[in-house]
Amino acid sequence: MGTTGISGHCAIVGIGQTPYTRGTEASTLELHLQASLAALDDAGLAARDIDGVMPNELSGVIAEDLILNLGLDALRFTSTIRTGGASFVTAIQSACLAIHAGVARHVLLVAGRRGYSEQRISRSSQGGMVRMPIMRTVDEFERPFGNNVAVQWFSHAARRHMHEFGTRPEHFGMIAVACRKHANRNPQALMHAKTMSLEDHQNSRMISDPIRLFDCSLETDGGAAIVITSAERARDLPHTPVRVLGIAEGHGEPPNSITQKRDMTRIEGLWKAAPHAFGMAGLTPADIDCAQLYDGFTWHTLGSLEALGFCGIGEGGPFVEGGRIELGGELPVNTAGGLVSEAHVSGANHVVEAVRQLRHSLPPDRQVPDCETCAVTSEGDFHEGAVMLLGRSR
Amino acid sequence: MSEERLLPVPTQLSQPFWDACRRRELVAQRCAECARFRHYPTPRCPSCQSDRYDWAPLAGRGEVYSYTVCHQAFHPYFADAVPYVLATVELEEGIRMLAFLPDLDPAAIRIGMPLEVCFEQVDESLTLPCWQLCDEPEAGEG
Ligand SMILES: [Zn+2]
Repeated sequence: MGTTGISGHCAIVGIGQTPYTRGTEASTLELHLQASLAALDDAGLAARDIDGVMPNELSGVIAEDLILNLGLDALRFTSTIRTGGASFVTAIQSACLAIHAGVARHVLLVAGRRGYSEQRISRSSQGGMVRMPIMRTVDEFERPFGNNVAVQWFSHAARRHMHEFGTRPEHFGMIAVACRKHANRNPQALMHAKTMSLEDHQNSRMISDPIRLFDCSLETDGGAAIVITSAERARDLPHTPVRVLGIAEGHGEPPNSITQKRDMTRIEGLWKAAPHAFGMAGLTPADIDCAQLYDGFTWHTLGSLEALGFCGIGEGGPFVEGGRIELGGELPVNTAGGLVSEAHVSGANHVVEAVRQLRHSLPPDRQVPDCETCAVTSEGDFHEGAVMLLGRSR
Repeated sequence: MSEERLLPVPTQLSQPFWDACRRRELVAQRCAECARFRHYPTPRCPSCQSDRYDWAPLAGRGEVYSYTVCHQAFHPYFADAVPYVLATVELEEGIRMLAFLPDLDPAAIRIGMPLEVCFEQVDESLTLPCWQLCDEPEAGEG
C-alpha cells in the first residue's frame, strides 16, 4: 500500500535508550554505544547485521567511532544530516532511501548528548557545543549584540505569533503542563516525580520574554537509537513493525537566522515538509492518533501543530486549551513528556516513544488506545524541519 | 558588563558593511540586476542569482517587527546588562537586522515602534550599529 515512493517500504524494528539523567560518568560516545546496543538487542540483530549508520550532527560522534567500538564490518552506507535538531527525522528519510535502493539492509540511527554534564547552554553560549557551520552568520551579526542562544532567537518568533494571533503565555503553559502530566506517568522521564500546575508555569523565571524557564527543553545527559529495515525483512524480527508511511524534510527561508524570516510565525521547514509527508502516506491530520513534536521550547509544539495542519495558522493557542493534547484528549502530544519534561535527546526520544505507542507496549495509563498512526517531527537550526508519519503494521 | 566580548569577525564579503559602520553609515547589498536589498551578506542575490551588487546606503530607520526582553545572560559580557531589549527591526528598505537597544526601558518596547540606528565605537578598527527610539515625533503629534 502507500501512495508514492518509499511509503510503507521501511519499518522501525529496534529502539534503545540510556537512562536520562542530570550528571553522568559516560562519554557522549559511550551513551551512543549503550543506546545502539539496546536498539540492536530490541531488534533481535547483531552488530554484524548493521550495514548502514547515521551519526547525529549535534553529538560530534562520527561513523568511525561506531565502527571502532561496535565492529561494523559490513558497513556500506554512512551519512550525517546537518540541520541541527531537525537532523534525526531527516536522517530517517535518507535511511529509507538507502534501504529502498538496496544500498543498505539494516540502518542504525543514534543520537544523544551530555546536555547537562558538558553542553550546558545555560552556563555558556559556546563551551562544549558542537560547532555548526550555519551559525557563522549569527556569530557575526547577532551574538555580538547578546542574541546568543536558541531561547533568545525563538522568543522573537513566539512574540510575533502572540502579536498577530492573540496567543497568550498561558497557551505555552498549557503545553508545558500537558507534557509534565505525561512525564509524571513515565518513570524514565527526568521530571517524573515533579508535578507542574499552570500557576507554577506562570510563576517560573522569565528567561527571554515571552519564554519562561518551564517553556524550555531540559538540559539532560542521555542517548537513544533506532534500527530501521525493509518492511519485508521486518516480518522476521521480534516486534510489531512500525512502518514509515510518509516522510519529508523542509528548509527555512532563509536558513541562517530567525530575524530574517519573512514570516516569523511559521516553522516553515515543517510547513513545507508536512504536505509531502501526508501526501506520501495518503493520510490527513484527522487520521493521526497521536503526535510526538520536537519541542526545543513550548513555542515549537504550538507552531508544529499549525504546520502539520492539526489546526489553522494562528489557532495553535486555542487548540491546546481544554486538555486536547493530553493523554485522553483528542490528540495526545508528546506522550513521554517531550524534550521539556522527559529529556532532550536531540529528538530521538520522540521516535522511540512513537514506536512504543504503535507497538501497544505501554502500560494502560500511558498508552493511546488503538493507536494506529503517529506523527513525529524534528525541528532544528532556524526553523528547518522534518515530518514523519508512522503506522502500525497489521 | 564584563569579561571578553564576542565581536564580529568580518569576512571578505562583509568587510564593506563594517567599514561603513566605522564611517557611521549603515549600508547593505543591493542587487545590480533586480535592485533588491539583501542582508545578511551573500555572494549572490537569492531572487535572481546575480553576483553583481553594490553596497547601498540605508536610511537607518525602521520599525520593530518583533522583540524579546532578555532576563538571563548567556554570555558573561551581558551579565550586568539584564534585562536588556533585543528587537528584530524591519528597515524601510525591506531588510531586517537584529537591533540591540541598550538604552531602552524594557517595559516600553512594542511591535511597530519606530527605531533609528546609532553607533558604538568599540575601538579604532570596529564600530557596531546599535538602535534607539526614533527622535522624530509620531505623525499627528504636537
Ligand atoms: Zn537580484
